[in-house]
Amino acid sequence: MSFQITIEDSGEVYSCKETQHLLAGMMQLGKKGIPVGCRSGGCGVCKVKIHSGEYATKKMSRDHVSVEEEAQGVVLACRVLPKENISLSVIGHLHKAMMR
Amino acid sequence: MAMTGILRPGHVQLRVLDMDESLNHYCNNMGLIETDRDDQGRVYLKCWDEQDKFSVVLEPSDRSGMDHMAFKVASEQDLWRFESNVKKFGIDTKRVPAGELNGCGERVRFTAPGGHTFDLYAQKEQVGNGISTTNPGPWPKGIKGMKAIRFDHCLLYGDDHDATIKFFVEALEFQLTEQIVDGDLQLAAFLTCSTKAHDVAFIRSDKPGQLHHASFLLGSWEQVLHAADIISMEDIPLDVGPTRHGLTRGMTIYYYDPSGNRNEVFAEDSYHYPDTPVLTWTADNIGQAIFYHSRTLVDSFMGVTS
Repeated sequence: MSFQITIEDSGEVYSCKETQHLLAGMMQLGKKGIPVGCRSGGCGVCKVKIHSGEYATKKMSRDHVSVEEEAQGVVLACRVLPKENISLSVIGHLHKAMMR
Repeated sequence: MAMTGILRPGHVQLRVLDMDESLNHYCNNMGLIETDRDDQGRVYLKCWDEQDKFSVVLEPSDRSGMDHMAFKVASEQDLWRFESNVKKFGIDTKRVPAGELNGCGERVRFTAPGGHTFDLYAQKEQVGNGISTTNPGPWPKGIKGMKAIRFDHCLLYGDDHDATIKFFVEALEFQLTEQIVDGDLQLAAFLTCSTKAHDVAFIRSDKPGQLHHASFLLGSWEQVLHAADIISMEDIPLDVGPTRHGLTRGMTIYYYDPSGNRNEVFAEDSYHYPDTPVLTWTADNIGQAIFYHSRTLVDSFMGVTS
């Protein structure tokens, strides 16, 4: 089963399977809007706030998402599997890690 | 014996979110071998062509990243000498008792200026590389996946970059092999304690204590392409490659473990002797320094750490 994912920041809408995390669905269709990093819950760049829609999560690094945040729907998109249509906004970003 | 003092990267302890997924990644996909477990839930791994009991420790955690990186020194006297050097540099040390990691001797632990924890140790149990020491064969049978040969180095992002490099050169007696500079500002430093192109490397950053990648040696460019096949076959998140670096001229591919810790496998990089000149890349050529073919920086490669 597939669900519609809406990125409110860009208005981008894409389809994501229930077995796929939100970033995998976005990347597979060549869509953009959520920053892509490690895709494994460790780097934090794909942090999003889910506004509506049920979802399941896999474990994500507490360096990037606290227990309180997770309870409020703040999660890493690479660890979220949709159970309904989802609407979200982007919080994360790529660090400018090398200083110049 | 020409090589004394700090010999090599001995192990890296990585925090992982899911042990079963991590073991599948490191053992089935990359070819490391499980050698032990302990009562903290840590799992000990080695690459096939390493003599010592482990070179990677996976630590169950709710965070990703590197717990510490350890270097093996040639003797107990070296351990005392470097402990003294570190203290003279103004950095506190502590002793981690023998056996805290199974099979590892006493460790001298300190935090470098960039925020990373490093250990030095002189003793680790040797289990061999699976090949006889008499009339040895070229490789052992049954090695899986990418067939990683050894844990080779880490690249780390940290703050207080200049102090970190000064510390590694002056207190730990590493040599600078290669660097990226922007005028007088050093952006990246590759350091060796051996004849390798690097045993550890540091990137100037504003965040302390970050892991960019833990790297493993392969035998050839063909083996790098073989690794790339496994990465796609097994749905491993690819970061960059296969390609060649300008820096170290290594041929490489980058990907992430199931906790978002970046790994590299690479082959056929350069070497360094104490009289080899330092190689310098300039910031206006940074694209070519990092990815020699595309000459284009990749946002995730530059900006994602754990």
